[in-house]
Amino acid sequence: MQRAGEVIEASTTDFMAQCYELYQSPPFGSLVKTRDLPVELYGVVYNATTTGLEPGRRPIARGKDEASEEDIYRSSPQLLKLLRTEFSVLVVGYRENEKLYHYLPPNPARIHGFVYLCSPEEVREFSQSFDFLNILINTHLTVSTEEIVAACLRQMSQVYEDGHAFLVAAGKELAILLSGEFNRLKAILGRIKT
Amino acid sequence: MTQGNTERLGIVVSGSLNKGVEVKLDSSASVEDMAVGRYVTIEGQKRRFFGMITDVSLEVTDQKLVLIPPDVSDPFVAEVLAGTSTYGTLHVLPMLTIGGDVTSLIEGPQPVKTVPSHFSAVNLASQPDVELVFGSEDERKFYIGTPLDMETKVCLNLEELVKRSNGIFGKSGTGKTFLTRLLLIGMLQKGTAVNLVFDMHSEYGWEGRNEEGRKVKALKQLFPSKVAVFTLDEESSRRRRVSTDFVVRIGYDEIEPEDIGLLRQTLNLTEASVQAVYQLAREFGDKKWIEATLGLEDEDETRQLLTRLSIHDSTYRNLRRGLETIRRLPFLESHVPDNPVKRILEYLDRGINVVLEFGRYTDITAYILVANLLTRRIHAQYRERMEKAIGEDIAPPRQLVITIEEAHKFLNPEVASQTIFGTIAREMRKYYVTLLVIDQRPSGIDSEVMSQIGTKITCLLDNDHDIDSVLAGVSGKSELKSVLARLESRQQALIFGHAVPMPVVVRTREYGSTESYKDFISGEETEIRKQAEKDIEELWE
Repeated sequence: MQRAGEVIEASTTDFMAQCYELYQSPPFGSLVKTRDLPVELYGVVYNATTTGLEPGRRPIARGKDEASEEDIYRSSPQLLKLLRTEFSVLVVGYRENEKLYHYLPPNPARIHGFVYLCSPEEVREFSQSFDFLNILINTHLTVSTEEIVAACLRQMSQVYEDGHAFLVAAGKELAILLSGEFNRLKAILGRIKT
Repeated sequence: MTQGNTERLGIVVSGSLNKGVEVKLDSSASVEDMAVGRYVTIEGQKRRFFGMITDVSLEVTDQKLVLIPPDVSDPFVAEVLAGTSTYGTLHVLPMLTIGGDVTSLIEGPQPVKTVPSHFSAVNLASQPDVELVFGSEDERKFYIGTPLDMETKVCLNLEELVKRSNGIFGKSGTGKTFLTRLLLIGMLQKGTAVNLVFDMHSEYGWEGRNEEGRKVKALKQLFPSKVAVFTLDEESSRRRRVSTDFVVRIGYDEIEPEDIGLLRQTLNLTEASVQAVYQLAREFGDKKWIEATLGLEDEDETRQLLTRLSIHDSTYRNLRRGLETIRRLPFLESHVPDNPVKRILEYLDRGINVVLEFGRYTDITAYILVANLLTRRIHAQYRERMEKAIGEDIAPPRQLVITIEEAHKFLNPEVASQTIFGTIAREMRKYYVTLLVIDQRPSGIDSEVMSQIGTKITCLLDNDHDIDSVLAGVSGKSELKSVLARLESRQQALIFGHAVPMPVVVRTREYGSTESYKDFISGEETEIRKQAEKDIEELWE
């Protein structure tokens, strides 16, 4: 199981995790999980940021005399320790006693809980039901929900042999959820078509 | 209760008993595969409903889709939207319920009195369902055709059918004659009634022709022992090499004043002329009046007579002109030794069906005159016998079905109250005589008569008045209207009324091939065999 980071901030609806390596955040829209035994929380990555370690100190441009971007990091190796990559995850379900639930868990994630990327089997199992789409399209985030939904479905479709059929089924579910909002539906469909 | 092999179409989403229910199609069912007139079953919670598709429509969840249509050239978008944002609905008219409990299973399908609950599953009717509703062929039920897109047989209960007057309607060239022939064969095969057919175009007795001009066998060729062909025109029959059993000649003495009344329109007589007929008949006697009137020559005497009877000269001339037209009919003779009515009744009593060919005399005057004249007397005889049967407690006479073409000429509102056909249609089965009415302008038929017609079989009609008059008084009229107007112009007919449990669109049974003839006759053979077996059994008892 690939570890992607560690929880550093958590609430009922989402949590933030920091990557161990700079720029190693899981892809936008991918399914991740964290443990708070006996509960496993599942979430979709909806945002990733790389900032300075200290909130007051902004990075400055350093490459004026360097030949390439890699040279900047080579000549200032401390940079890797002064910067950090974080990613935000929207909680979309949980597993308790081997059973999957596609709604919010009773408790938020634990700080310092490890965050793992879900294996293809887990993704397949989780995406058997499209109930989680309802959470995704009803959140208000900095990133547009159409983007998140589309990215999430694209990611999930990769674990299926027949990704097209999966996307059609998901599209139909969305068409029902967004029955009165054809423009949003169109935006999502435009982003997931194969 | 659900059956595994049926094809699911969708679910009930709204509706009412009066207007029928709306069914939202599943995304897997294509709107283009649906057809008006097809049967569906609806799986309610407590009972199953049997209904017919009467309309198909397209819907969208968001009106924006209508205003700014999506790009469906993209197969992905088209696939996603099909059945979700854009979907088809069916309008289904529930007709019958097939209850789940034991009593309703025994009683069979019942007319609907309610609608299925919300979101009941709707399936295409399976073969066993249709069989349950329309029954399978047996001694009384005759296989007339198959429902659209199905192999199941739709059977008419002929025993019920012949108890009332029936009608076959449709535009010219839609297959009325074929249907009639089929129905007559059914009656012959099942022996439910004897028929008297007034065969205007000589196509029911020996042979007819189909649309392609190929000869098809008619009644006498299929059932030689059960059919007698009478003819008005011996010459025409001989030329067509039809062996006839009797040549009908009609004497002047058999024409009664009522007969002239009926011909008023075709002979272009005035009301006064018709009144004059009655006066002349009173003067000369019912049997002799026509000869006497035609024989009036001496001018002075005639004038005196007319003055005495206060008949105006112009009236007399008008009447005279009409009577001359009748006199020109070659089958009329001043005196006929043999009585055609007696002969027809003799045959009918022996259970032999009579087809009266008109040969060359296809003009409506001859047809109305002869049909009315013979029928009136036959009906009178039947009436007498029936009354006798009631009084003496003996078996009533055989059920008689009289087939007439161009029925609106006999049954239009002006004459329906005077002709015998109007009386038969209204009196219905009391005297064991019913009509099989064939017509292409049902709107011309008196509405009172129309309402008494038990089973209506109608091919394509496209005149609004005709459609309205055929469907008058039927529940779900507007729905059936759309079905009727969309029938194919050949081999399809809508049947509704007494002899079928619910309105049904049929593709009529094949007629004209060697196999089809075999099918018709085999029924008869098995019947004979059955009877023989029964006789043998009785012998050994």
